[in-house]
Amino acid sequence: MATIVGAITSSHVPAIGGAIAKGRQQEPYWKPFFDGYPPAHAWLARAKPDVAVIFYNDHGLNFFLDKLPTFAVGAAPEYRNADEGWGIPTVRPFAGDPALSWHLIESLVADEFDITMCQEMLVDHACTLPMALLWPGGGAWPVRIVPIAMNHVQHPLPSLKRSFALGRAVGRALDAWESNDRILVIGTGGLSHQLDGERAGFINKPFDLMCMDAMVNEPEKLTRYSTLDIVREAGAQGTELMAWVAARGALTGRVTKVHSSYHIPVSNTATGLMVLENQPLPAARAA
Amino acid sequence: MTGGKRDYGIPGTSIFDGAAAQKGYALNRMCYSFNSAENREAFRKDEDAYCRRYGLGDEQRAAIASRNVLQLIAAGGNIYYLAKFAGILGLDVQDIGAQQTGMTKEAFKAKLIEAGR
Repeated sequence: MATIVGAITSSHVPAIGGAIAKGRQQEPYWKPFFDGYPPAHAWLARAKPDVAVIFYNDHGLNFFLDKLPTFAVGAAPEYRNADEGWGIPTVRPFAGDPALSWHLIESLVADEFDITMCQEMLVDHACTLPMALLWPGGGAWPVRIVPIAMNHVQHPLPSLKRSFALGRAVGRALDAWESNDRILVIGTGGLSHQLDGERAGFINKPFDLMCMDAMVNEPEKLTRYSTLDIVREAGAQGTELMAWVAARGALTGRVTKVHSSYHIPVSNTATGLMVLENQPLPAARAA
Repeated sequence: MTGGKRDYGIPGTSIFDGAAAQKGYALNRMCYSFNSAENREAFRKDEDAYCRRYGLGDEQRAAIASRNVLQLIAAGGNIYYLAKFAGILGLDVQDIGAQQTGMTKEAFKAKLIEAGR
């Protein structure tokens, strides 16, 4: 059976792409942010994932308001990035894992998640930048990916409760995946930030730190917040927390925190990184 | 609130709901087209003609001409699509944050750094 090695949750602010392209990681503005990532690199070198399942939100690259799925699972052999309009360089393509994609799709629908299936899917900065942060330096990506896009454009957004349940269903599917693959789950976005309105620039450090604490051992606590609660507490785009909660939901074993970092600001955003290790339980493996 | 009709009770914050998405459809569809460099160039060449081609009404065309983000949101714009328009203007999210809050960019950036203390 496949092994879920853990989850990494990371911010995906577009400006990070510009900083990487211009080699600014050691500049005073950027250093505190990029300094959070080497412990994640060290853990990845030990965890050796073969494939990454990535919960993220598309910001108007692949999906538009004409047809906007709440949850969409990629089932492509390859995923490409493309011009998003504001100038960060595109990254090299990612290999997909269609067999795992279809296993997830079948398992999720059987589990009553009526997801959208995508055999073609462009992936935007929310998918590509966390990948570039986790595996810097170019070269071939060391993992295949299965992207799962969550609607974060058009209200009503999926609730944290539903996002966590989706993660749980993904975790059950991964535990039942008959392969020797080591699987990493990634959740991207956040933490508190607001780009639009007179409250633009809103950041809530105490709330973010509470969320990061709850992510380790009490993720259910976060599912009690409604979408509007999160908008109020974490800003209009702080609701990207949904992808963190989904990634945490996919961890079916005993979870320990390996590393976390938190830095304000990158652009208009409070940024966070967490590395959570998953120790599979005998019951989960037998299921 | 600045978009849609319902009051969600969160000060200075618009919720991009069904009403806003209907109202802003043409505007957002045009901004979505700015993913293409060719379309960005066509917009630059003749803004008003490009707006009309995408069916923007008077309020939306005026909002585009004004470069005013709060006005664009009131016209149904969604911030993720509007960001592509801002990109054409060479504005980043701190520029538009400063504009919406009536602050200088320096003051807006200082406010963000203060939030981390």
